[in-house]
Amino acid sequence: MDNPRKNPMSRNAALTLAASIAGLGLLFVFEATFDPFTMQIFKLCAINVILALSLNLINGFTGLFSLGHAGFMAVGAYTCAILAMTPAQKTANFILQPIVPWLADVHLPFLPALLIAGLFAGFIGWLLGVVALRLRDDYLAIATLGFSEIIRVVLTNAQPITNGSLGLKGLPRYTTMWWAWGAAIAVTVFLVLLIRSSYGRAFKSIRDNEIAAEAMGIDVFGMKVLSFTISSFLAGIAGGLLAHYLTTIDPKQFIFLKTFDILLIVVLGGVGSITGSIVAAIAVTLSMEVLRFLDGPLNLGFMVTQGIPGLRMVFFSALLMIVVIFRQQGLMGTSEFSWDALARIGLLPRRGAKPGTGIE
Amino acid sequence: MGALLQTLDVTKRFGGLSAVTALNMSVESGEIVGLIGPNGAGKTTSFNLITGVYKPTGGQILFDGRDITGLKPHAITRLGVARTFQNIRLFKDMSVLENVLVAQHMRMGANLFEATLRLPSYLRKEKRIHERARALLAEVGLAEHERARATSLPYGKQRRLEIARALATEPKLLFLDEPAAGMNPQESVDLMEFILKIRDQFRLTIVLIEHHMQVVMGVCKRMYVLDYGVTIAHGSPDEIRNDPKVIEAYLGVE
Repeated sequence: MDNPRKNPMSRNAALTLAASIAGLGLLFVFEATFDPFTMQIFKLCAINVILALSLNLINGFTGLFSLGHAGFMAVGAYTCAILAMTPAQKTANFILQPIVPWLADVHLPFLPALLIAGLFAGFIGWLLGVVALRLRDDYLAIATLGFSEIIRVVLTNAQPITNGSLGLKGLPRYTTMWWAWGAAIAVTVFLVLLIRSSYGRAFKSIRDNEIAAEAMGIDVFGMKVLSFTISSFLAGIAGGLLAHYLTTIDPKQFIFLKTFDILLIVVLGGVGSITGSIVAAIAVTLSMEVLRFLDGPLNLGFMVTQGIPGLRMVFFSALLMIVVIFRQQGLMGTSEFSWDALARIGLLPRRGAKPGTGIE
Repeated sequence: MGALLQTLDVTKRFGGLSAVTALNMSVESGEIVGLIGPNGAGKTTSFNLITGVYKPTGGQILFDGRDITGLKPHAITRLGVARTFQNIRLFKDMSVLENVLVAQHMRMGANLFEATLRLPSYLRKEKRIHERARALLAEVGLAEHERARATSLPYGKQRRLEIARALATEPKLLFLDEPAAGMNPQESVDLMEFILKIRDQFRLTIVLIEHHMQVVMGVCKRMYVLDYGVTIAHGSPDEIRNDPKVIEAYLGVE
């Protein structure tokens, strides 16, 4: 049984290695050829990949309908920004009231600031999880949505810490392409390993049948809290990257509509598919830019519009409706990319199974 | 030693309805005990009380000399109680093999770090539970289906997969909720032999709910009869068959 497998396995390993090298090469090429504006979009793709993956971990793999993602991003973004700003920048930003003394002189390099941002968001996620994960389905969605709004209100009003509604400006532009894509790749690898492990199976069993999972000895509540905490941690990391990508943050960016942007990606890609989330995150981020012409003046032949801001969002609304009606499982459903699947649909030569040694 | 499982006046009320009233069950190690009664008699509720799905309104449940009243289901499973469900509850989007692997997560004792980093210690455990899962699937005759989606199996095989999954938790006491439901007479006879086989092979104690009298009378040495939540009879198959109260509950008396 194991022997005939060996050959295609090593072929798959070789293909994976080749694809990784090609991917890395592409990143170098992009960095060298693209203008700064295009690079910005490209970096945003990576941040959205992390966000989509982290939301998919709770919504897709653990089956918890959570809508609090904007809140965790906000926690991560603010934590990272405050830790990484120089004392001079803080003085310049906090014009209403100076920043609280214990934060005034903190100035960390990007990596520790980002990690602390993730850990803090994870801690907040754990706190919320312990309380809110006693709820299910719609009730959980409402509780997490409310929580995310609370975070925003706190950020608006805690002026001595967050600079309130003025936001934080002039953050160092730390999020280079290497940071963004490095983090996205690390998060992808981590999630693939997590989902394939025994813990991943436990998460999926909760999604499929909570009562049976509990009866099979899975500590359902503990597992939900774990999944929620990991997801918040990753959302915090993405938030930190976003802060130093935009270089300006304010509480209004983290309204609950931000959560729905990510939910759109997860639903389009397939609830419960890592591949789907990655593909959809990139496709949606790019389309947001490509479709920007829809917002400007349009010449439709029979009439000319003066430009309707927000028209491109109508495209996504329509797309979402079409997907929900005709293909509820999204792009990928719960399947994942694999070389064998490519071979099955004829995009790769089938592996040369000798007669009598084939699997299945 | 005493009984492996003992319930002392266990009662469950849903509002004004007493679903189970003063259940006093005692199961010795190695026994196969039947729980029968008309529909709505409180049999599945009794299972749910003992396995922790519901908290009893009153009374005490002792398993293996420990008070397990009000423990969470997964904690009770950890102590060695497993069950199947009347309305099959498989992990529908997972493969047959994965269904059995999940049930071993608890006994595997792998922490998050070794599992995600795929450390050698974890890979050894993973290999062990794969071997055990395959052995269990072979035991219930599902070895060739390990890669199929659990819910793509025919009904009878789904029932057997549920039993394999329950066995994977390494139980001492196994609750089977209507294992013969939807089976034809031949399958029921096979099931009886299967129940006796796993009892001996895995040193199990079994409590089963069943409407199929041939099965219950065939494998159980002792049984309890519930009606409207009250235990109306208790004894050997012969005693039960001739008990006027049982006949009344099942057939009704003018």
